[in-house]
Amino acid sequence: MFAETPLVRRKRRQEALAQWIFCGMAASMIIPLVLIIGYLIERAWPSLSLGFLIDVPVHGMKEGGIWPALVGTIYLVCLSLAVSAPIGILAAVYLNEYARDDWFNRIINLAVINLSGVPSIVHALFGLGAFVYAARFGYSVVSASLTLAIMTCPVIIASTREALASVPRSFREACWNVGATRWQTIWAVVLPNSISGILTGVILQVSRAAGETAPIMFTGAVFYKAVQKGDLFPYSLNDQCMALSMHLYTLSTQVPGVKESIPFATAVVLLGLVLLVNATAIAVRVYLRNRKKW
Amino acid sequence: MVSMTSGPQIVVRDLRLAYGHKEVIHGISFDILRHEIFGIIGPSQSGKTSLLRCINRTIDFSSAARVSGTIVVDGEAVGDVKNVYALRRKIGMVAPLPVGLPLSIYDNVAFAPRCAGMTRKSELEAIVEQCLRQAALWDEVKDRLHSLGTKLSGGQQQRLTIARALSHQPEILCLDEFSIAIDPVTTMRIEDVLKELRKNMTIILVTNLTQQARRLANRTMFLWNGEIVELDRNEVIFSDRPASRKTRDYVNGIFG
Repeated sequence: MFAETPLVRRKRRQEALAQWIFCGMAASMIIPLVLIIGYLIERAWPSLSLGFLIDVPVHGMKEGGIWPALVGTIYLVCLSLAVSAPIGILAAVYLNEYARDDWFNRIINLAVINLSGVPSIVHALFGLGAFVYAARFGYSVVSASLTLAIMTCPVIIASTREALASVPRSFREACWNVGATRWQTIWAVVLPNSISGILTGVILQVSRAAGETAPIMFTGAVFYKAVQKGDLFPYSLNDQCMALSMHLYTLSTQVPGVKESIPFATAVVLLGLVLLVNATAIAVRVYLRNRKKW
Repeated sequence: MVSMTSGPQIVVRDLRLAYGHKEVIHGISFDILRHEIFGIIGPSQSGKTSLLRCINRTIDFSSAARVSGTIVVDGEAVGDVKNVYALRRKIGMVAPLPVGLPLSIYDNVAFAPRCAGMTRKSELEAIVEQCLRQAALWDEVKDRLHSLGTKLSGGQQQRLTIARALSHQPEILCLDEFSIAIDPVTTMRIEDVLKELRKNMTIILVTNLTQQARRLANRTMFLWNGEIVELDRNEVIFSDRPASRKTRDYVNGIFG
């Protein structure tokens, strides 16, 4: 009665084949990652050391370390996040919790979607016009950070809305029914239960902001800036600064005779920074999800 | 808000509710008397839940909803109420599926008093204990008030929901098909609780189980497709001769 018919056998073979194909496609994603990291580390090996991180470039950037660029990138990312995270999160709370589905809301939605689709080079030009010239911030850390903030903000809005929407509506209704205001509901129930998703979305934008070259190249990043070795506060807000992504571009294309391993080492540091941030995002998410309460 | 001692507690006149262009309640009028259990029966999609949401004005949260007609609670038209939060606190609401908020058991019950501005720990503790006792849950949870409300079983969560609905000391308690997700034993326990509560408050009991309305209600309204088919004392609705043949068929399980 339960004997295998030819039809069943054929179906089982198809099943196995399908599984192998899908699994193979998924696994093929590992190969480029391993190759990229392996290649970079192998080429960068002679220059990689702690000294490389905290040294300043010397001999016309042909030797030495990357401290000014590393600090510059951290400056830009932190500043841009300090602007885009509050705006993005609060805007998303408004859109998801308060806004009615009317023309105003739809226009905002459209703006958010389109803004997140604008190429970074266009953001760069906008930043140049708006912050460098119109607002007279000049080529500076502020202009570059604001440009990065404009670039990351719509994505933070989108990811935060997603996180807020994942909190069941029944929780909100239960709160409203006992006479809680919208804000009491958001504060007591909605935010505590979506904070892991919100933070993940924000942290992922850190790596994007750290990696982009175009927006900062036009607005505040420079080829070279003289900085003391290990100086934690080398730039003021209206200074221009160096940044890792820009530095990598400069070393690879503009400076002849650079020691071969240095651009690769710079790439490894940039990649390491991004992976570190992503790992933090995952750790935060896992930690907060374990505290999830339903 | 001065509470009147006589007259109906809730007066509904020509209530119409539409979501967009689709009208779901077609101009109904009825009274709910003080301290009665008022049963509302009818198949799903007949507008029972929407009616409750009109009464406590959580219908405001559905942006497509358009309400006309009047609902008067204790002499005040709810449409003109400025402090909707006080209105909602006057009306306890229990949803069909148990909703334990992702907070501790204690915080679940203390949530509403806190929202209303109560901060004294002794007062909060007294309210939490009183409400959990009223909802017949105290003995089961008194040793773990600070564990999560969402970890309770379905029946316990539904009693927690009732405790939360009582925590703002409402004068009216609305139960919306409270028994569809819980077992018969728990249902009977909650029904006993309701018989106790009717002494101090008006209870609106929306139910799919006609027998439940028969057991508990003083008067029952049969709502069908957003219209009142019949509203009368239980002795009439559940007798052999209700005014409408449809009512008789429905309560006897011939349709619906």
